[in-house]
Amino acid sequence: MTGVAVVGAAETTELGKIPGMSQQMLHADAALNAMADAGITAKQIDGIATAGQRPTDLAFYLGITPEWVDGTSVGGCSFMLHVRHAVAALQSGLCKTVLITHGESGRSRVGASGFAPEPSSLAGQFEAPFGTFGPPSTFTLPVLRYMKDYGMSHEQLAMVAVVQREWAGLNPRASMRDPISVQDVLDSRMIAYPFHLLECCLVTDGGGALILTTDERISDFAGKPVHIWGTGESVETPMVTQMEDLTSSKAFSIAGPRAMKEAGVAHSDVDHLMIYDAFAHLPLYGLEDLGFVGRGEAPDFIWERNTAPGGSLPLNTNGGGLSYMHSGMYGMYALQESVRQMRGVAPAQVEGAEVSVCLGVGGMFGASGCIVFGNQPKT
Amino acid sequence: MSSPKRPLPAPTPETQHFWEGCRAGELRLQRCGDCEHVYYPPRPFCPKCSSREVNIFAASGRGTLASYVINERPHPAFGEPHSIAIVQLEEGPKMASNVVGCPQTPEALQLDMSLQVTFEAVSEDITLPLFTPVEVSS
Repeated sequence: MTGVAVVGAAETTELGKIPGMSQQMLHADAALNAMADAGITAKQIDGIATAGQRPTDLAFYLGITPEWVDGTSVGGCSFMLHVRHAVAALQSGLCKTVLITHGESGRSRVGASGFAPEPSSLAGQFEAPFGTFGPPSTFTLPVLRYMKDYGMSHEQLAMVAVVQREWAGLNPRASMRDPISVQDVLDSRMIAYPFHLLECCLVTDGGGALILTTDERISDFAGKPVHIWGTGESVETPMVTQMEDLTSSKAFSIAGPRAMKEAGVAHSDVDHLMIYDAFAHLPLYGLEDLGFVGRGEAPDFIWERNTAPGGSLPLNTNGGGLSYMHSGMYGMYALQESVRQMRGVAPAQVEGAEVSVCLGVGGMFGASGCIVFGNQPKT
Repeated sequence: MSSPKRPLPAPTPETQHFWEGCRAGELRLQRCGDCEHVYYPPRPFCPKCSSREVNIFAASGRGTLASYVINERPHPAFGEPHSIAIVQLEEGPKMASNVVGCPQTPEALQLDMSLQVTFEAVSEDITLPLFTPVEVSS
């Protein structure tokens, strides 16, 4: 079966505060940058996938007449699922060149969509009446259980943010770059006990886009190809309070191992890792659910600086949602960083990195998608 | 802490019995007639074995505190920082609620503490199931 590669990848020209662009234009700005990277125009694109906007919006806006469309929308990891679906579509010949876009006016809220669940939905009936009010008071709910079951300290949770700020310090495009200490995190304002401000993601504007094609066609594109070795996806529940196990994501546990198995990589083969970090506990859950460490071992693993600059497993090397940027649906930026690392052009480049694993989460712990990238075609 | 602006559920035909139960002072769960699985939130079939043979019953209302946050940036209707809890019900399911009747502090809210359901009418149609700590004599 033919391989599939990323041949165009870009973020919006600016990141952070972009009050002069609507959500839809952020999608388009990123898409135009990705087309420039790939050396093509909209005329060469015959497949489109997006979330946050309807694919119809973007196809019309960009002047694309697609023969393949995917509007899967399961939260911030939707773009990982789009990549997975695009691989299948390209391999089976449904289309030849796929564009995946993200744009979100998370901070400026220009032409942005809302968060509140429908009052008749499960979350609207059985969570919202108790005051769940956006991700800070929802995504955070399982963590005290994890802390008690595995003896994780508040300092260890804070350390996740400290290490990611170290990575952000190496990245000129990161929103927050000044070093912070564990004490700084614990001294920051309480948002939803046990989470302090610095353990919660940023809220910024931005976008990103990817262009995918089959290995046989990569020479038709200007962008340095990054190869997709394996993919996985799953969903668990629209209500974080209904997770089967409050200390583990079932969607992570299916999507991650499935992608790594398909890629044929062992944990020791992975040079670079991205785990969607809307809040500080996400990398802990991700490390354990991917099997890089055992149950309850992630807090010590991060505390001992294994994921920090110079550590054995570089994690969230752009600074992550905690320090790089977070528009709301952050998954696209995790994918972009994996692509940069595989191209060898990341600001905090991991020397000699050949394999990158990128794990996304969406709709709180509702969904997950995982992509394994290689800098060479899969053998 | 109730207020007309609190987000209120819009019951559907599949959940009507649950909200009617709350108005009547009963925490109604469902049990599968085939595999005996007890589940929540409500639906007219078993999420474990897909059977439509399910029965509604009044639960004990007893549970323990599985996890929570204290929301320091509450919905305007709540006004003050308050707990949002995941309650582990005695019958098996977990449910979202608030722990009321005690200080909203980490010291007062200890994981695995015993809880008992209490009902609070928040509108003419809607009564919410909340939980209070059970005093344990030591």
